[in-house]
Amino acid sequence: MADNIIDIQILAEPLEVSNNYDFILDESCGGINVFIGTVRRWNKDEEITHLDFECYEPMAISELRKIADSAIEQFEVKKVSIHHRVGIVKATEIAVIIAVACKHRKASFQACEFIIDQLKKDVPIWKKEHLIDGSYWVNSRP
Amino acid sequence: MEVLCFGIAKEITKTSSLQVESGVIQTVAELKAHLLSQFPAFKDYFEFRIAVNQEFADEEQVLNGSEEIAIIPPVSGG
Repeated sequence: MADNIIDIQILAEPLEVSNNYDFILDESCGGINVFIGTVRRWNKDEEITHLDFECYEPMAISELRKIADSAIEQFEVKKVSIHHRVGIVKATEIAVIIAVACKHRKASFQACEFIIDQLKKDVPIWKKEHLIDGSYWVNSRP
Repeated sequence: MEVLCFGIAKEITKTSSLQVESGVIQTVAELKAHLLSQFPAFKDYFEFRIAVNQEFADEEQVLNGSEEIAIIPPVSGG
């Protein structure tokens, strides 16, 4: 798919929703959906001081591109922008932004949910939760 | 062969780039078995996958040692 309809970036600096929004704005679309994943202070009863995201960047970009291609095919997405943060991210800061533009709203909701679900399954990005009294890799706690 | 390590795999192997003697390893399944024997801590992570040239690989995939190989522990992006 051409680069003017898919925008995928792995970024070490704070994410700005306006960057995703500006990219996907399209005259043929009436439904824009944006998912923003932020860092929360608590996971169950444990207080999180910060998260540290690590990424296998070339593979993460290629997996995200496959997911974007699939969303375009399944939900008639016209434009899609996915930005994921790496490095240290604190509570309330943004970890991921997924923005899609579709002709109608229903497809935009479905596409956004599809993309974040697939991202959590197959994109090689890992987060380490740092707690007040220790740290561990999420999904890798024996 | 060189095997890239991320996340928990980097902590288990204590390196981001593991050198594996490739003489006896011909498939992804054999590489996984080798890693499990060298680093028993991987037994706690049955879900770890192997990527070859930045694609998830099947167990049967044959390795020639020149590929870019990576251990992919359970992912947790988003």
